[in-house]
Amino acid sequence: MAGTAWRSAIRNVLRMLGLTINGQDKTKPQEVSRVLGSFKNGSPQPRNFIREMQTVTLIPGDGIGPEISNAVMKIFEAANAPIEWEERNVTAIKGPGGKWMIPPDAKESMDRNKIGLKGPLKTPIAAGHPSMNLLLRKTFDLYANVRPCVSIEGYKTPYTDVNLVTIRENTEGEYSGIEHLIVDGVVQSIKLITEQASERIAEYAFEYARNNQRASVTAVHKANIMRMSDGLFLRKCREAAEKHKDVKFTEMYLDTVCLNMVQDPTQFDVLVMPNLYGDILSDLCAGLIGGLGVTPSGNIGANGVAIFESVHGTAPDIAGKDFANPTALLLSAVMMLRHMGLHSHGKKIETACFDTIRDKKVLTKDLGGNSKCSEFTEAICQKVRDMD
Amino acid sequence: MTFWGLGGPKWWQQASRSVSISASLSRVESPPARADATFKVTMLPGDGVGPELMTAVKDVFKAGDVPVEFDEFHLSEVQNMASEDKLEELLSSMKNNKVAIKGKIHTPMEFKGELASYEMRLRRKLDLFANVVHVNSLPGYSTRHNNLDLVIIREQTEGEYSSLEHESVPGVIECLKIITRAKSRRIAKFAFDYATKKGRNKVTAVHKANIMKLGDGLFLQCCAEVAQLYPKIKYENIIIDNCCMQLVQNPYQFDVLVMPNLYGNIIDNLAAGLVGGAGVVPGESYSAEYAVFETGARHPFAQAVGRNIANPTAMLLSAANMLRHLNLEYHSHMVSDAVKRVIKQGKVRTRDLGGYCTTGDFVHAVVENLRHRPNY
Repeated sequence: MAGTAWRSAIRNVLRMLGLTINGQDKTKPQEVSRVLGSFKNGSPQPRNFIREMQTVTLIPGDGIGPEISNAVMKIFEAANAPIEWEERNVTAIKGPGGKWMIPPDAKESMDRNKIGLKGPLKTPIAAGHPSMNLLLRKTFDLYANVRPCVSIEGYKTPYTDVNLVTIRENTEGEYSGIEHLIVDGVVQSIKLITEQASERIAEYAFEYARNNQRASVTAVHKANIMRMSDGLFLRKCREAAEKHKDVKFTEMYLDTVCLNMVQDPTQFDVLVMPNLYGDILSDLCAGLIGGLGVTPSGNIGANGVAIFESVHGTAPDIAGKDFANPTALLLSAVMMLRHMGLHSHGKKIETACFDTIRDKKVLTKDLGGNSKCSEFTEAICQKVRDMD
Repeated sequence: MTFWGLGGPKWWQQASRSVSISASLSRVESPPARADATFKVTMLPGDGVGPELMTAVKDVFKAGDVPVEFDEFHLSEVQNMASEDKLEELLSSMKNNKVAIKGKIHTPMEFKGELASYEMRLRRKLDLFANVVHVNSLPGYSTRHNNLDLVIIREQTEGEYSSLEHESVPGVIECLKIITRAKSRRIAKFAFDYATKKGRNKVTAVHKANIMKLGDGLFLQCCAEVAQLYPKIKYENIIIDNCCMQLVQNPYQFDVLVMPNLYGNIIDNLAAGLVGGAGVVPGESYSAEYAVFETGARHPFAQAVGRNIANPTAMLLSAANMLRHLNLEYHSHMVSDAVKRVIKQGKVRTRDLGGYCTTGDFVHAVVENLRHRPNY
């Protein structure tokens, strides 16, 4: 991959020398506030030929992970996206002190680059270490999971015009993992809600809404039953709403949201909620648009770290056979481009992807077609090149 | 008051009023239904549109000459009509009558010093452990998924709704979710008994045991143990988030679903949305001795109060189920057929089903259809 990266770098430099340099184009990509979601400026940026290549940590993953990662890299290459990939492996190793951790070079790479793209990881059942996703979450303090669910034209589901985003608190709540066997036959599981985490996620939700021109934020809760815990979450959401008066804020019970979501999903915009409800609702919304094979997802952490991932499984039965569908990872990569401010590239790749799916000529098996992964990738690359 | 009106001897009550196990153990033939025998049923209108729906039920019953008499109680937390004495009165009435029909008692959002709402306390005191929601597509009203026929069984007394919360330090709140083997076994047995009685083929347990290993793990283990006692019924399990996804993509793969409290709340409402909303899905709650009939998706729907737009279908279908439970088969069929006929004809529909009629119009149409039944 280094060869092609060099080639594009040299191409950029040559282009720069070949054109008159406009003073404005010299602006460097801004490093500030990546934790605030993608930038407000959605308009196509001027072609920054002096823009330096940004490095992104790539974690291919297991099963179909390597195939779809290659597909994404190829498409990015075709789109001339100024991204340099650093591949890392994250199998858990036992660090000093006996604690399981990810390999130090992976951690160092992520801390340096701040942005990562991850394929599906498998958790071996009796390996003795916690799930890889959990380990990554703890290492980088990934507190927000963002899943935009947009209906894909060309992939028909009974639900059309879905356009919502679920933002889920990812560190505490019902998934705190604190369980005890009190007496034989009685188990107690603790749901933890803290002020700090609720405040952080509420702030992030409003920032996201503002940066992505979203009209409203809805807090989903069950404060009628869990009065203190969800009550605290709701209070923090209300306080954050006060500070961001330009975004409309509503609150709705979880059961009402479920009821209305399957009848009319167009009434929802941005949803923010604690861990368990978020898990369920984000999968529900993924089901509305066609399943986990086409849903992008991003995890935002403290210190500006952001890891974008595909949420489907490793599909070991089709690994290596060129049957995989790279759409989920591709759309997550597009989310990543938007987060980094490369809106024009993001739009280009996304449009190419949607057009290819809409044309229905080259589709992978899970989308209803008969083509291979490489053919699908090639079709998208072609469309991207045609757009230039 | 007649002998039957007081509820009769214990064995008669067990034979006719309890579900599954006791019913199959009874060795008496069902006594003939006497026309002048009235059954007493406790009625609790609740909040929001509850009173309007109850009026609808009473109107239809009167028009159909249904031999049921209602004992009304008004208990409401939001309207400040709740107190311990009222709750006691209500409980003693229910213990006498054994059967009740109710709306939803809304839980106010403000924390008034009591963590458990009246609705939850009612459930606990009567030990209404099983909540059954019948999700059936209505003929004549098509949604994105047609011909659905699911039963959702939810454990109603423990799980996440334990109301055990505390603030350890300011800003850190813990909420306990309790799962016990006894109650998990009980609900699993109820689910399999129900499936056997109604001739269902498959029971699917819904859980999140990959994350909550001890809690949901115990629930799953109990379900698996009970499943072995029923070899004719297929048993499967599925994780809650996958279940939600499958319900919106392919709901026909499910038959009977059994799950703990919170997941039950979510799936009840999801499934209700699949067939047409909270206005069309009936539900009931069972304990070993009592049965309470209500709507499937429980919302007080306060925005519709006084506007006469609520859909009484769910409550009427639930009332028909109640009549079947009381062994009044003829009347039960009469009411449910009338409601289904009105929906099938499609001329009179309330707002939530896409029409413009009021609750009153709908009830009137149902009453009309009642009278057209052939008399014999």
